[in-house]
Amino acid sequence: MSAALSFKQVGLTYQTRRGQIQALEGIDLSIAPGEFVAVLGPSGCGKSTLLKLAAGLLPVSSGSIQLAGQAVKGPSRESGVVFQKPNMLPWKSVLANVLLPAKTLGLPMDEARERALQLLELVGLGAFANDYPFELSGGMQQRVGIARMLLHDPKMLLMDEPFAALDAMSREALTLELQRIWSVHRKSVLFITHSIQEAVFLADRVLVMSPSPGTIIDELHIPLARPRTLDTLNDPLFTRLCHHLRGHFTHA
Amino acid sequence: MPRLTPLLYPLISLALLILAWDQAVRWLSISDYLLPAPLAVYHSLAAGFADGTLWPHIATTLLETLSGYLIGSVLAIGLGALLAESRTFERFVYPLLIGLQATPKVALGPLILVWFGFGIASKIVLVTLVCFFPLFVNTVNGIRRTDPELLDACRAFSASRWYLLVHVKFPAAAGEVFAGLQIGISLALIGAVVAEFLSSQSGLGYLIASSSVSMNMATMFSGLILLALIGLCGAQSVRAIQHRVIFWEPGAARRQRND
Repeated sequence: MSAALSFKQVGLTYQTRRGQIQALEGIDLSIAPGEFVAVLGPSGCGKSTLLKLAAGLLPVSSGSIQLAGQAVKGPSRESGVVFQKPNMLPWKSVLANVLLPAKTLGLPMDEARERALQLLELVGLGAFANDYPFELSGGMQQRVGIARMLLHDPKMLLMDEPFAALDAMSREALTLELQRIWSVHRKSVLFITHSIQEAVFLADRVLVMSPSPGTIIDELHIPLARPRTLDTLNDPLFTRLCHHLRGHFTHA
Repeated sequence: MPRLTPLLYPLISLALLILAWDQAVRWLSISDYLLPAPLAVYHSLAAGFADGTLWPHIATTLLETLSGYLIGSVLAIGLGALLAESRTFERFVYPLLIGLQATPKVALGPLILVWFGFGIASKIVLVTLVCFFPLFVNTVNGIRRTDPELLDACRAFSASRWYLLVHVKFPAAAGEVFAGLQIGISLALIGAVVAEFLSSQSGLGYLIASSSVSMNMATMFSGLILLALIGLCGAQSVRAIQHRVIFWEPGAARRQRND
């Protein structure tokens, strides 16, 4: 079976006033259909850039990216994204925000509206369809973002530190919820994070990045059973995996 | 202090100011060719409305101000959007427009008179010019300052350039556009009055200028008061529309939940 997303020797350089900067170098990665892969790294290692390349928001300088069997040349309807900020359109209702991909991709509206309402139900916001984003808390807005990401039924989910701006409690709740949603929809996921626990808890496989230039320096399979619960956090294997990953960052 | 409706406080200050004005005229025996008593101004206004001589002046000034304002605003928002979206247009036209902005537009008044005649057209052109620039600059800035992350998020869902402009950048710029509309409405009135000073047969600016020649102070003050009222109504209307249109921005009534 072909990979849902693959990077082949991907590099990215960009020009600044001080000359060329090598942001990413020799990135090779492959995500199988239905696989949850977390990319873990300190800030400034280029992990968000990696996601922007996968989303088709930036062109690669070298190498190639394939998404669902097609070379990535721009944003693809096979991918759904969420970022650290909810990035809602504040002048549109929650429902209209979830319907954004249907508008931009020209999907049939009646079906899309029905699906949007189902997705809002799925993320626990069924009662808020007609509210406006500014009436919701940050955590609730991020749930709306997750519903929007799923609307057009993309094969690949691209998530860039989606819970990093939330308070600890919303963060825990949403992490569990994401696992539940993923177990229902079984998409391939590229999940960017700087939290070791989050990466180990959610992912099938963790890729570790190091900065300047951004490269992948380690790969770790997470054999923890699913569904993972809050008890998983006390599992000795969980602790051992986290400890191993922390070893990459202690010198910093 | 007892709580009154917010509108009452400035009305109290205004009443005190008029009272002080009245007392000053009485006790300092200021002659009425320097400063008329409030009552004289009131009589002049009342007479003007009763015999209908004020209405044509009000109508002229309103017509000039509003048509110039509308034309200027439509041009400013349209060209602003075009400029913010096009690199070529930005390179060739923006520097010229910035240069024009630094020129005091009323200095073009006499030239506009030569080109557009002494009728209402020249007044509308000057008003258009005067309120165009602040709104134009605000529109360009507002569109350019759209949160790049929000744009990226929409692009990631394959949003077209047109969708981004209409559904993302324009609403995002609405706050600055309204700030420009706010400045524009007061500048428009200034433009109309200055144009009328230069040459006209009608309008509140004409009324003030012509009564200055005949030293008719009460009529001059009537004109001033009417202009102040028109300016106030204009600014308040724009503000009211702004609060209705941009309901999502702080300041508009809103609530926030915490989970």
